[in-house]
Amino acid sequence: MEDLTQRSDKARGHTEVKYTTCYMCACRCGIRVTLRDGQLRYIEGNPDHPLNQGVICAKGASGIMKQYSPARLSRPLRRKAGTERGEGKFEPISWEEAFGILAERLAEIRATDPRRFALFTGRDQMQALTGLFAQQFGTPNYAAHGGFCSVNMAAGLIYTIGGSFWEFGGPDLERAKLFFMIGTAEDHHSNPLKIAISRFKRAGGRFVAINPVRTGYAAIADEWVPIRPGTDGAFLLAVVHELIHTGLYDREFLVRYTNAPELVNQDADSEEFGMFVRFEVPPEEGCFDPQNKLWWDPEVDRPVSTHTPGVDPRLLGTFRLPDGTPVKTAFQLLKERVASYTPEWAEDITGVPAATIRRLAYEMGVTARDQKIELPIPWTDVWDQDHESVVGSPVAFHAMRGLAAHSNGFHTIRALGILMTLLGTIDTPGGFRHKAPFPRPIPPCAKPPKGPEDVQPDTPLNGLPLGWPADPDDLFVDEAGAPVRIDKAFSWEYPLAVHGLMHNVITNAWKGDPYRIDTLMLFMANMAWNSSMNTTEVRRMLTDKDENGEYKIPFLVVADAFESETVAFADLVLPDTTYLERHDVMSMLDRPISEYDGPVDSVRIPVLPPKGECKPFQEVLIELGVRLKLPAFVDENGERKYKDYPDFIVRYETAPGSGIGFLAGWRGKNGDKFMVGEPNPRQWEMYAQNGGFFHYELPRSFQYMRNWNKGYLTWARANGLTRYAEPINCHIYSEVLQKFRLAAEGRGITRKPPEALRERVAYFFDPLPFWHEPLETVYTDTRRYPLRAVTQRPMPMYHSWDSQNAWLRQIHSHNYLFVHPSVGKAGAFEDGDWVWVESPWGKVRCMARFTEAVEPGTVWTWNAIGKASGAWALHPRANESQQGFLLNHLITEELPEDPEGLRVSNSDPVTGQAGWYDVRVRVYKAAEGEPRVTEPRFPPLRRLPGMAKAPRKWLAYMAGLKGR
Amino acid sequence: MTQLALVIDLNVCVGCHACVTSCKEWNTSGWAGPLADFSPYGPDPHGTFFNRVQTFEVGEYPHTTVVHFPKSCLHCEEPPCVPVCPTGASYKREEDGIVLVDYDKCIGCKYCSWACPYGARELDEHQKVMKKCTLCVDRIYDESLPEAERKPACVLACPTNARLFGDVHDPYSQVSVAIREQGGYTLMPEWGTKPANHYLPRRRTELRIHADELIRADNPLKKEGVPPKPPKDQPTLDETTSW
Repeated sequence: MEDLTQRSDKARGHTEVKYTTCYMCACRCGIRVTLRDGQLRYIEGNPDHPLNQGVICAKGASGIMKQYSPARLSRPLRRKAGTERGEGKFEPISWEEAFGILAERLAEIRATDPRRFALFTGRDQMQALTGLFAQQFGTPNYAAHGGFCSVNMAAGLIYTIGGSFWEFGGPDLERAKLFFMIGTAEDHHSNPLKIAISRFKRAGGRFVAINPVRTGYAAIADEWVPIRPGTDGAFLLAVVHELIHTGLYDREFLVRYTNAPELVNQDADSEEFGMFVRFEVPPEEGCFDPQNKLWWDPEVDRPVSTHTPGVDPRLLGTFRLPDGTPVKTAFQLLKERVASYTPEWAEDITGVPAATIRRLAYEMGVTARDQKIELPIPWTDVWDQDHESVVGSPVAFHAMRGLAAHSNGFHTIRALGILMTLLGTIDTPGGFRHKAPFPRPIPPCAKPPKGPEDVQPDTPLNGLPLGWPADPDDLFVDEAGAPVRIDKAFSWEYPLAVHGLMHNVITNAWKGDPYRIDTLMLFMANMAWNSSMNTTEVRRMLTDKDENGEYKIPFLVVADAFESETVAFADLVLPDTTYLERHDVMSMLDRPISEYDGPVDSVRIPVLPPKGECKPFQEVLIELGVRLKLPAFVDENGERKYKDYPDFIVRYETAPGSGIGFLAGWRGKNGDKFMVGEPNPRQWEMYAQNGGFFHYELPRSFQYMRNWNKGYLTWARANGLTRYAEPINCHIYSEVLQKFRLAAEGRGITRKPPEALRERVAYFFDPLPFWHEPLETVYTDTRRYPLRAVTQRPMPMYHSWDSQNAWLRQIHSHNYLFVHPSVGKAGAFEDGDWVWVESPWGKVRCMARFTEAVEPGTVWTWNAIGKASGAWALHPRANESQQGFLLNHLITEELPEDPEGLRVSNSDPVTGQAGWYDVRVRVYKAAEGEPRVTEPRFPPLRRLPGMAKAPRKWLAYMAGLKGR
Repeated sequence: MTQLALVIDLNVCVGCHACVTSCKEWNTSGWAGPLADFSPYGPDPHGTFFNRVQTFEVGEYPHTTVVHFPKSCLHCEEPPCVPVCPTGASYKREEDGIVLVDYDKCIGCKYCSWACPYGARELDEHQKVMKKCTLCVDRIYDESLPEAERKPACVLACPTNARLFGDVHDPYSQVSVAIREQGGYTLMPEWGTKPANHYLPRRRTELRIHADELIRADNPLKKEGVPPKPPKDQPTLDETTSW
């Protein structure tokens, strides 16, 4: 062999190097892609990128096998006339035909009843565009996958602290000394978290993992605290109880920066019961917290307006106002709420010993109190008080789906937000840190449409389809209080469904509840498989016909780059590009990749030409927008306004002349402005020159305490990030929730819920967090189904996109049900046996593996490793479909009818978050003689026109001509 | 004499497999490639990897630990795979201690893989030659790369920086310091193979809170209202002492 040190790898063939952004999961790392003779040679982390700092994960490093996967679609396809939906028989058509079919159909819908077009997107990283398209079309039936992912995390924290985890905030592990990761949370912000946890541990930090399962990052935790799924709220509330009981809370922080000392009306007969007492009507109404509430001044023993200079108010207490109104501080109400939430109470629910809960509470409280971080950074708060330094407490938390994906997740996450607030760790060094454009007002300003009259033919919606309700008048319901959206988001069933309920769209549309739709367009969403609850039934709904022999969901359009299970059900398939073939923006308008120190956004720039006839979905939307003459996409003459998507990104402004567009960097004619500035025709070029990202580092005095930092808030207002430079006080007590409760009790001047939902709204819209059993448990015989079943996210398969990847599938080609040996003993089976796992809603046959790294009452598996036979261009007998299985078959998307005949989603009653992790199961040995394959199974999918033939025996990839 | 090696810090390895696939992508198109995959889209896929991560559970519930254990050729100082090779294909480089296979000489007899007590060698069933980790010998001397990037692909990829690379014979190198100061160890030293690669063990950080740390004069609860004092009618010694 040749001497390897004599010739650089770059000298083998023609080498090109390009920078773009990864999309192998939702993390959005910067990557450097090397091509050899036009083929992918090497994908590595961009060393200069702020997010991943040069590292890459198993998925990112396997992008080559995604690009060259035989599962790639390459031509628009139409279901063959005379074949049944789901049979997978397609004929290739031209894009012109595809656009013709779509434009004709959608134009008719738009001109008659725009609601009949529903656009739902999966792992969408361009919600500002997809949302704009829906808004311009005039349909309210739009959302991305947040409703079945982590909306509880977004809503629970944003309604409490004005920010949330992942791209909008996170743990400051650089300064923290104690770190708690609760529940499965690895798959969001994965590389940055790995980098940070490693540095944190090496710096001597203490890492506690609270999780039913010890896997993922929990493996390297200093302590593993096994907990029963769905009980985290009880754990957190017991910690809150202990901190308040022992006085281990940050009093100064609570007084200045939260509503804890504010006085709450306790007159049970008042229309204002449970509301903060106001001393004046604010001069300006807007989406901010007017500072017109009261504290109790102990010096003069009477109420004073909040933040009166020199006053140190009572944090606890019951008082009577001069007019006789009984009041309590919000903190007093919290104290009373958690009085019964003792560690002993929580032990029974969580399985975590009371002594452990107490010890962890003390670790948090004492570390926060005694190891204060003081940074020599002067700043001024919104009340014009100067501070010589920024002070923080080094206790940090991270959580995502593990807390979120329960029907009690919203209040659990409220409890977490309150816990972080009690410790004084909101936007402080060592605690939770915001990322631009957060913090935002509680709740943020955008509101959903308000009623059926907001949806009109041939008319854009008067605002975005999704928003943040502040009170019942912000709901999207008709006069009878019934939902207007197909997924019933923002209805009384799920009032704060800020990300929609994608998981109920197919069921609702199939039932015609609240109405039938015509066209459902899905982008990058595998709703016929791992993204749906109750998968088998959902697949049936997609093919079910009405009495006239028409499909109940008449037209299904699927845009995807790969042959997913859902593609088989499409009437029209639109082949998308991969991330290496497209332009994209990680935009400040939706989900940027900001850092704690300031705003960051980034782009994808194609490194390869599109395969076959693949077209980026953005171009599809823009083309459709032009054909439908949607105002944002055409000029005054109805002609195409933007040449293509890159042109759209450069020239689109949120309002004419606003200077705010998709990308924040290099704005202005010469590219010398940022955040706000007129369009720059050379903006893409300038991003490319900078490795594909823009990073603005805020002055240090703007980097902390941003909820109350005058400098930051003024800067944010000047740069279009927020409308108001007003304080964003943490909501220990949520008046927003109380307004819904008052409405349910028939009080107040807002809209009232329909009778059937009053009790539900009144119960769950508690202004203080509480723990309740997951809803599904009420409908489950827990003696018959004693075990809790959850999924975890395998790192080489985050976001479950990559069974079509020849390298990654070798790491996880099938999954097992992991059980504690005691479960095997009870079910009379051994390690490796085939078993049935059964819930009240379905059963699955799979293989069991014994593990000591699981709470014994919990069984778990890797998420979405199981695939339908033949899907993703895998062989019909590939392990994914023979041994791999989905837990989804055991999970119901709707709860059974309640005694009043009401059927609601199996979701959080506040936010509509899908309750994936609430299911109860039992496990027993499969009978002798049963086939040793998984069940249920489905007829194999076939190779579609335009797909390459998969190599059967050998794949020996070598980039470039040399390898041919 | 230089002995290049990897030092793998099990204290921070989360088992993410970044090292596994970044190795694969670099090497399949590199000097040692291709790294073929059998049944890539079919049943029981298996291919050539130079580096794999094994995961072990240690202990019983609830005292269970999960250890992720990346494993590749250890570049032994006394490599048992070298002397058994009948063709001289398996060799150890004098200049840096890297153990390599010359595919042109390899006849795929597998003697070396039988001799390796660590199971680090894998026969490429497609090319019928023995393949293994090269420490990215086709990267680490490439002067067209910035110096910081002249490292094995797995080292550059690792998100937790759990993989250190350097000369274990240089007592001042980062790897030697880590081995010395953090209890670095080799696998199965009793075989006398003197592996160059080392592992750093798990370390546990505990926090001890003393009971009296909960009691503080500045406890914020004291600020809330009047501190409790006994009512005046409560019996005291004042009424009962008689001298």
